[in-house]
Amino acid sequence: MAKMSVDDKLGVVKFVTDEHESHIQINEEYHDEAEIKRLVMACPAELYKYTDGQLVFNHEGCLECGTCRVISGGKGVKSWTHPKGAMGVEYHQG
Amino acid sequence: MSSEEKFDAIVVGGGLAGSAAALTMARAGLDVMLVERGKFCGSKNSSGGRIYGHSLEKLIPNFAEEAPIERKITQERLSLMTPAGALSFQYSSDKLQNLKYPSYSVLRSKFDKWLADKAEEAGVMLTEGFLVDELVVEDGKVIGVMCAGEEFDADVVVLADGVNSLLAQQLGMKQELDPQDVAVGVKEVIELGEDVINERFGLSGNDGAAWMIAGDPTSGNLGGGFIYTNKDTLSLGIVTTISDIGRVDVSVPDMVERMKAHPSIAPFIKGGQLKEYSAHLVTEGGLKMMPELVRDGVILAGDAAAMVVNLGYTVRGMDLAIESGRLAGEAVIKAKGREDFSAASLSCYKQMLDESFIMKLMKQYQNLPGLLEDHIIFNDVPKMADEFAGMVYKVDGSAPVALPMIALTVLANNGGLNGLFGLGKKAWEAM
Repeated sequence: MAKMSVDDKLGVVKFVTDEHESHIQINEEYHDEAEIKRLVMACPAELYKYTDGQLVFNHEGCLECGTCRVISGGKGVKSWTHPKGAMGVEYHQG
Repeated sequence: MSSEEKFDAIVVGGGLAGSAAALTMARAGLDVMLVERGKFCGSKNSSGGRIYGHSLEKLIPNFAEEAPIERKITQERLSLMTPAGALSFQYSSDKLQNLKYPSYSVLRSKFDKWLADKAEEAGVMLTEGFLVDELVVEDGKVIGVMCAGEEFDADVVVLADGVNSLLAQQLGMKQELDPQDVAVGVKEVIELGEDVINERFGLSGNDGAAWMIAGDPTSGNLGGGFIYTNKDTLSLGIVTTISDIGRVDVSVPDMVERMKAHPSIAPFIKGGQLKEYSAHLVTEGGLKMMPELVRDGVILAGDAAAMVVNLGYTVRGMDLAIESGRLAGEAVIKAKGREDFSAASLSCYKQMLDESFIMKLMKQYQNLPGLLEDHIIFNDVPKMADEFAGMVYKVDGSAPVALPMIALTVLANNGGLNGLFGLGKKAWEAM
């Protein structure tokens, strides 16, 4: 089976993305590099990036697992809720 | 809201615990609403993929005849894996064929939907696609839920909203998850076709395999890899404890790729097509992380109540979810009989849990998570297994070495007996 990028993997998953609001808010002022590196490594959907000393997050493609909330202990991730009803990831295999 | 619009119970979460609770209560004639945030019950759910059938059997006898199960597990595989090798064993037996309560591979989006439909057939009002934003609390008692700006009242709210139960946290019944007590599971569903799966795994008909892998998939992190055969797909994934992420320089998604590329795995998935990619938290802290189970007007079941037991080689949750959901339902039925929905009245749930297999298991395995925190199991043991097998099976014309000498050499190369003795002692104490 050929190696796939996470982006390509997310491409086969169904999402109903909330275009107006992210259910996860990050702390953009957070600069603990070691902790940010762990956060970036942890996300199964690779939605956290650390570029030019800045933590960046995009909720599109979020698998709603909660790993980022648990690993960041309220620091890098400021708030974490579920997306609105019927929005977000929609598994058909599970 | 007026009293005639009040439900006997509102269940939050249409997974296995929630549907089991709702079904149990509806069968006793209670007026039940089940609220699921996903578009349909099961659409937010994912797990490795094996259900031990005994607890669902009590709720729906012979369920496998009608439920969307994938395969009956009749073949067990276990591998200790290093970057380049794997020592594996495989167990097939008529003992697995003829179990009174077999285990089955399942895909949760289909399976959970089926159980929710059973609850609906029994009279449960299914409300799908709505998120419960918060609980309505009056004088310290939960009296309902807020959903899409509207209040819905009930005598009891059953929280079966999963491992990320923000509602139980909101009430203060449950603490935020500790990174040491919870793992992330990442899984791919890979389409191969029924015949290819049967051929590669040596299976026939509806028989299936479960394969647990320790060591390399998680680069020695606490956790491991798994493969379950479904009808025409494989569920393949890794589970790694969150506090271990960053211990080695391999990201969580890369662990999945690492496992797929391993020489002992790659031939099994050759030519496969990715059908779905999912991730979900796995509670593995055991008894010590169980939250408060009842308060006035509210009761917790399933993953929300941390009813998951980590056996080391596998994590059991689905059978506990169903049993705890059923018992939560029974507790509400009893409370309804008394018209008393206080914590004291609902605490019969705790007694029923104590008498069930759930608390027996949770207590028996309460020290295992601590033992598993020792990296020797996930690092050194697979490495020693690889070295041992590599030397046993090497024939190159040099003088053969007797088996005991090989064992001693491997031990000497890996810090001697102290580490293993220490581990054995801890294991003895843990059990």
